[in-house]
Amino acid sequence: MSDGPVNMKLSDLTNQAGEWLRGSGPMSEIVISSRIRLARNVSGFPFLSRCSAHQRQALETRIRDTILSCRLASRTLYVDLEAAPEIDRLLLVERHLISKPHAMASGARGVAIDEQETASVMVNEEDHLRIQVLRSGLQLEEAWEQINPIDDLLESKLDFAFHPRFGYLTACPTNVGTGIRVSVMLHLPALKIVGEIEKVFRAAKDMRLAVRGLYGEGTEATGDFYQISNQATLGKSEEDIISEFKHNVIPKIIDYEHHARKALAKDKPVLLDDKVCRALGTLRTARLMTSEDALSLLSHLRMGVHMGRVRDVDINKVNDLFLNTQPAHLQKMQGKRLDGDARNAARADYIRHRLGGDAKGE
Amino acid sequence: MKCDKCGKPASVIVTEIQAGKKVERHFCEACAAQNEGFPVKSHTPINELLTNFVLAHSGAQKEGASACENCGITWSDFRTQGLLGCEQDYTFFEKELTPLLQRAHEGATHHVGKTPARRGSSAGPARRMPDLAKLRKELTRAVEAEDYERAAKLRDSIRQAEAGE
Repeated sequence: MSDGPVNMKLSDLTNQAGEWLRGSGPMSEIVISSRIRLARNVSGFPFLSRCSAHQRQALETRIRDTILSCRLASRTLYVDLEAAPEIDRLLLVERHLISKPHAMASGARGVAIDEQETASVMVNEEDHLRIQVLRSGLQLEEAWEQINPIDDLLESKLDFAFHPRFGYLTACPTNVGTGIRVSVMLHLPALKIVGEIEKVFRAAKDMRLAVRGLYGEGTEATGDFYQISNQATLGKSEEDIISEFKHNVIPKIIDYEHHARKALAKDKPVLLDDKVCRALGTLRTARLMTSEDALSLLSHLRMGVHMGRVRDVDINKVNDLFLNTQPAHLQKMQGKRLDGDARNAARADYIRHRLGGDAKGE
Repeated sequence: MKCDKCGKPASVIVTEIQAGKKVERHFCEACAAQNEGFPVKSHTPINELLTNFVLAHSGAQKEGASACENCGITWSDFRTQGLLGCEQDYTFFEKELTPLLQRAHEGATHHVGKTPARRGSSAGPARRMPDLAKLRKELTRAVEAEDYERAAKLRDSIRQAEAGE
């Protein structure tokens, strides 16, 4: 082992579960993951929309060198996203390590990822740095305890743009101040089935929080996954925002979902079992499976396993299926580009095989 | 009707009260612009007229046109793109940004929370910032309790603390 951080390869990631769907951590039957990100900019450089190609490159080099010399982790993977093939960039989106716009942008940019896939730093996204910590289950305080020292460490080497009145300065004024975005990904299938998902939207609206889909801003809530995040970043401390989430917002929504699950089991057990068994039956027998179908069927199966309605499927297997049936993961696993029906067939095969369903071609 | 100056058909009528008497003068567009300082363009669409009127009276036209010396963006550039160009824009456009920040951040206009350690000594801003936050909270409470004497004292302390930043 060398003294410096050991660089990892992207393929090292695909061999592990991926933090966001590891399925561990407190309240993991409902809370998929907790995420905190901090937006930071290097003082003296324009924000990215006004950077020349030369400035952008200089920033990328400087931030990358700083991250790698800081030893954020014992093993760090740095991906040069300008050079990386599209499939690799999409794989990182599917693992929630970079945003979709960051994957699809152009120009010098990258991402640093720690060995455990809990911490990552996007370089040259909307802001010069977007530091992120992602942890399974409800672990917001743990995420803050992890991200705060990373921010301190980077700050000791980089002069971050800061204003006494406005706090950390960001390209978009909606992020200014703490630059913090706290997001919790929730799995709420029962609320959807009983037709009470509106309660979540109302609660979020009352608390001035945003509700988004699986991959963040501008995406739909597929597979009954909902991401709740704060909007205000100015005038509230990081600890206050986190504490509000942990003590007010999330317990309330978890309660709604628990209540809906109990009501289903008590009042409509046949309907509940029908949803779960139909999902398992289709997953074990289908020959063509789109991403959307897989997500919604796996969602019902996940609920069924957690509620004890299905005994012969392990929850880790379900979480693995969520991750690996996404388009880039599937293609990476198959080692080739797959389009349309070929991809849907490969997805169906993989799921059938993993769930012990019909053998291929029978 | 003909122009009082050149005899061409007149399209501008100027009514003035001179020594208590109503005097009407007629000009063509060119003479009106030259002699009376009226705009030549006679067919300004109503929406443009209204926009110009509103902008002129809100002072926004002037602000929208001035560019940040550091990055070169104008306020209207920002309104179109939604992104600022550099850190100095926060100072340059402070007046315009304030109401927008209030809308986006539940009425807040001041940062509360983490401060870079290098901003002053270890006993400096990092510690002072939470104090300021505490003072602001106390001020809100004092106002709510209608304790204006205390509120005034707190306001002065906040001003003092801010000036020291």
